[in-house]
Amino acid sequence: MSRHRIVRGMDYSDEYDGYNDIYGHSVDDDCVSPTDQQWLFDRTGARGQQSISAFISKNKDIQEEAEQGDDDDEDEAYRKARRDSESFQMPELTDLDQAKLSSCVDEVRSVVGDSVSERRIVETTMRFDYNIQKILDEILNEETNKIEREKQFPKPKISANINKVTTVVTTPKTPLKVTLATQKEPKRGFEIASPKVPGSPVVSGRNTPVDIGVGGDDAGRSATSIFKVSKDQAHRNAQQLYEQERSSQKSHMHMIVIGHVDAGKSTLMGHLLYDTGNVSQRVMHKHEQESKKLGKQSFMYAWVLDETGEERARGITMDVGQSRIETKSKIVTLLDAPGHKDFIPNMISGATQADVALLVVDATRGEFESGFELGGQTREHAILVRSLGVNQLGVVINKLDTVGWSNERFTEIVNKLKSFLKQAGFKESDVSFTPCSGLTGENLTKPAQEPALKAWYGEGPHLLDIIDHFKVPERAIDRPLRLSVSDIYKGTGSGFCISGRIETGALCLNDKVLVGASREQAQVKSLSMDELSQTSVFAGDQISVTLAGVDINNITVGCIICDPQMPIPVTTRFQCRIIVFNVKVPITMGYPVLLHHQSLIEPAVVCKLTASIHKSTGEVVKKKPRCLGNNSCALVELETSRPICIERYADFKELGRIMLRVSGVTIAAGMVTKIR
Amino acid sequence: MKLLGRYVDKGMQGNVTLMPEESEDMWHAYNLIAEGDSVRSTTIRKVQNETATGSSTSSRVRTTLTIAVESIDFDTQACVLRLKGRNIEENPYVKMGAYHTLDLELNRKFELRKPEWDTIALERIDMACDPTQSADVAAVVMQEGLAHVCLITASMTLVRSKIEVSIPRKRKGNVQQHEKGLAKFYEQVMQSILRHVNFEVVKCVLIASPGFVRDQFYDYMYQQAVKMDIKVLLDNKSKFMLVHASSGFKHSLKEVLQDPAVLAKMSDTKAAGEVKALEQFYMMLQCEPAKAFYGKKHVLRASEAQSIETLLISDNLFRCQDVNLRKEYVNLVESVRDAGGEVKIFSSMHISGEQLAQLTGIAALLRFPMPELEDSDDEDDEEGAAGGNDSDSD
Repeated sequence: MSRHRIVRGMDYSDEYDGYNDIYGHSVDDDCVSPTDQQWLFDRTGARGQQSISAFISKNKDIQEEAEQGDDDDEDEAYRKARRDSESFQMPELTDLDQAKLSSCVDEVRSVVGDSVSERRIVETTMRFDYNIQKILDEILNEETNKIEREKQFPKPKISANINKVTTVVTTPKTPLKVTLATQKEPKRGFEIASPKVPGSPVVSGRNTPVDIGVGGDDAGRSATSIFKVSKDQAHRNAQQLYEQERSSQKSHMHMIVIGHVDAGKSTLMGHLLYDTGNVSQRVMHKHEQESKKLGKQSFMYAWVLDETGEERARGITMDVGQSRIETKSKIVTLLDAPGHKDFIPNMISGATQADVALLVVDATRGEFESGFELGGQTREHAILVRSLGVNQLGVVINKLDTVGWSNERFTEIVNKLKSFLKQAGFKESDVSFTPCSGLTGENLTKPAQEPALKAWYGEGPHLLDIIDHFKVPERAIDRPLRLSVSDIYKGTGSGFCISGRIETGALCLNDKVLVGASREQAQVKSLSMDELSQTSVFAGDQISVTLAGVDINNITVGCIICDPQMPIPVTTRFQCRIIVFNVKVPITMGYPVLLHHQSLIEPAVVCKLTASIHKSTGEVVKKKPRCLGNNSCALVELETSRPICIERYADFKELGRIMLRVSGVTIAAGMVTKIR
Repeated sequence: MKLLGRYVDKGMQGNVTLMPEESEDMWHAYNLIAEGDSVRSTTIRKVQNETATGSSTSSRVRTTLTIAVESIDFDTQACVLRLKGRNIEENPYVKMGAYHTLDLELNRKFELRKPEWDTIALERIDMACDPTQSADVAAVVMQEGLAHVCLITASMTLVRSKIEVSIPRKRKGNVQQHEKGLAKFYEQVMQSILRHVNFEVVKCVLIASPGFVRDQFYDYMYQQAVKMDIKVLLDNKSKFMLVHASSGFKHSLKEVLQDPAVLAKMSDTKAAGEVKALEQFYMMLQCEPAKAFYGKKHVLRASEAQSIETLLISDNLFRCQDVNLRKEYVNLVESVRDAGGEVKIFSSMHISGEQLAQLTGIAALLRFPMPELEDSDDEDDEEGAAGGNDSDSD
C-alpha cells in the first residue's frame, strides 16, 4: 500500500494526530475503552448536553440550579457549570464594553486556566466592573473554598480536578489545547462555547463523517471540538498573511457581464480581451476563419469565450465563461453570463461570485425595448445582481453604431435605465454609463475615434476606464473560512479538483477543511489560482483546490467548504425575509420553489408564512397571511428535502442571501434570518 | 381493477370483491382499505406442527384468511400493499385472534368488508374499475447534470430513477471534460429510459428540459440507437415528445403537464386535470382573494354558506385513521355536491396533489366573494388560516 502513497512528502504530525489521541487518552476518566467511546451515547458529554440546551430557549432556570447545587453534589454541580457555560449567552454590551469584557476573560483565563466556567468569569467581571485584580481575587477565593470543602469529603472522581486547581493557584499556566484555540480570538465574530472539560472530547476517526444532528444552530457550532486541525491552521493570523502575500500585487476583482440575450456581451468581452492582448493574433485568426466558414463572422469575438461546440453552433452563451484582464490598477476576472432566459441559473451562480457587474444593453431600435420590457433579461438580470449583493454597476450602451452614434438615442436609453436602476436599488453614484460598439471595438480600450461619437462624447471614459474605476470591495479575510464550490472536475494530477470562490477567510496548503452538509474532513493538497499554484489564498479569490481524503461523490456543486473550528450550520429548515417580485400566482403555504444559494440549486417548499411585513419600516403588517402577492415583503420559512449549508445574513452576508425561482421566473429574493 | 361482486345494502353495510390487475390498483386498494375493515384473501402462512414425540415441523400453507385490519403499509416504489391484523374467522391452520400480515397480490381477488361504505369509497371503486381512465405516460425532466425519469399513470406519478451527475463546467482550453461529462450523463439517462419505460404500455414519452438539453439528448439517444441497433427506441420514435421545462427537478413536471402540446395529447388524464384545477385556484387567489380559500376552517365555513363552486381535496385526508375526521371530510364533499358544486379529489401521488397536501390538503373556489372569512382569522389567530396540518414548534 505504501508504494501508492507519497511517503516522502507526508506530514507525519498530521497523519498521526488521530492515532496519538486514542492512545494518549486517559482510561481512568471512565472505565469504558476509549476507542469505543465514540460509538456510545454519552449522556454527560458535550453533544448530549448541547442538544438538550438547544431545546431550552431561555436557560435562566438552569443557571439558578447550578448556583444552588453548589453545596450538595460537587460532581453534579461541576457538570452543570459546564452546561450552563455552554449554553450561556453573553450579556448585551456595547462594542467597547464587549472588548473590555473579552480582554478581562482572557486575562482571568490565563491565570486560572479553564477550570472555571466562562459564565462565572463574565458574571464576576460584570460585578467588579472590569477590575481584573478584584475579579481574580474573587474567583480564586471561591476555588480555594471549594477545595477545602472537597478535602473534607473527598471524592475519587474529582481528585484529578483538585490537583489541577491547586496547581493553578500556585503557578499560573496557559493550558489551552489546540482545539480550543479559537477561544483566543474574540474577533471571529461568534460566541464560542466555553472550553470543554478535560478528558471528555469525542475522538473521531480521520474520515468518519460525524453525525452532528441536522438543525439547531447551537448543535452545529458544538462540533468544534470534534475536528482537529494543525497548530499552524488554528493560530494563523490571516490578515497578516494577506498583507505579506498580496501587498505587492494589484487587487483582484470579479466582474460579471449581464444583459439581454444578443445584447452582445460575449462579443464585447471577446473584443476587449483581444484589444488588451489576452488573445493571440493566431487564435483570433483561427476563430475568424472558422466563423466565416459557418457564415457567422460576427461571432468571431464571441468565440473567444463561447468554447463548446454547442454554444458556437447556436451562437449563444450557455454557461458562464471566465477570463481575466489586467487594467492599470487591478486584475479583473471577467465572468461572461448567458443572456438567455433558460440559463439564468448559470447566470446566478456566476453572479454570486462577482463583486461588480457590467450591464450590456443593445441600442438598436426595438432591441433595447424588448430587452427592457417585462420579461426581458435586462430588467431581471439587473434586479438579480442587485439582490445578490452587487452594488456597483457599469452600463454599456452597445451597438450604438447601428443608430449612427446618435446622442439622442444614448440619452434616451440612459434616462430610462437610470430611473429603473434607482428603483432596483442602485445608488446613482455607483452607476456609470458608456457608449461603445463591441463588434467594431469603438471606445473599448481607447477613447472615441469615430467622429460621430467624438462630436458629443469627446474624451469621455471608455470601457476600460469604467472597469478600472470600480472600487474593490472590502474582503472579510479574518473571518472563518467559507468556500463555495462552483465546479468539480478531474485535475491533471491525482485526485480531483474543485473550483469556487472563497467568500470569507483564508486557505493554505495542507489545511484541513470540512466539506458540505455531510461534514466530511478533507485536506488541501494543492491550491491554484488562474493556473498558477499558490500556498495561500484569501477571501474574494477564485481558486481551484485539490482535495484529498474525501470521495468525489460526496461533493456537489453548491456545497460549502468550511473551517473545521467554525463549521457552517447545516439545516433543512430556516426562516428568511423575502421580497416578492412580480409573480403570476401568489405564494402560499406549500408552494414549491427552487432555492438558489450561491451555486446551489435545491428544491424547497415554503412551509410557513410567518408574517407579512412593511417594505420600508419592517413592521409586521399581518401575522400568518394567507398568501403573498406582488411586491410584498414577508417573513417565511423554507424547508429543503436535503440538508444544506447556510448562514444567517447577519453573520455572513455573502452566504445569507437566497433567491427563489419558479418555472424559470425569479419570484423572490431574500436573506436568512433564522436557522433551525 | 376488476369488480367481481358488490353487496352493499341500504344501510351502507356490505362487502365488495375486487381483483387488482396492475400495480396502480394497489394504490386504489390502499385508499379504499381503512383500519377496522376486514379483508379476506388467500395468503401463505408458515404453520408449525408439533408431533406427539415433541419434534416440530414447519410448513408453508396457502390458505384463505380473514383479518380485521390494524395497520396498512404501502410501498410506493414497489406498489406493494401490506395489511396487518388479527384473524377473525375459523381456520384449520391459524387460530382466532392470531396476527397475520396479508400481502395483497396482483391477480388474486380479495374481499373487503366495511362497517360503513361512504360515497368516497364507492366512487373510488368505480374509478378504479374504469378502464378508460388508464393512460400511461413516461416523462423525463432533465437539466445538465440532473434527470428524473417518471411514470405518470392515472393516479400516480412514480419517480423511477433520479440521475445526478456532476458535469464539469466549461473552462478555458478544457472543453473536453465538459463534453465527456455530458455524454456520460446522456448515456445514463438513456439506459434508465430503456430500463424503466415499458414501450408497450406507455402512450408517449415526454422529454422536458430548459435550453437545448432535450434536443441534445434526443439527438444523442438516436445516434446511439442507430449505432447499437436498439430496436425498442427506433420503433417507438414517434412516441417521443420534446417540451420545455424550467429545470430538471421533479416539480417542473407541473409545467410539462401544462404545456399546450402535451395537454392536447393527454387532456383527459387526471394528472393534467389536477394541475389545471390547482392553477385555477392560484389564479383566483391572485385576482380575487376573497373567492379562494384554503385550510379546513375556512373551507368548512364557506361550505356552510353553500358558496363552494369547486372543492379541491387531497385523498390523503380520507386516509386518516380517525373515523370521525374522515366522516367530516366525507360530509363536506357530499354537502358541496348537494349544493351543486364540483369536487376534485387530488391524488397525493401526483405533483399537484403533493402541493395541495402541503397547502393544508383542502382548498375551495367560491361562487361569490366572502371577505368576512379573511377578516375572521384576526380574532383567533392561533388556528388562523394557516392552521391545518402545520405543526409549529417555535
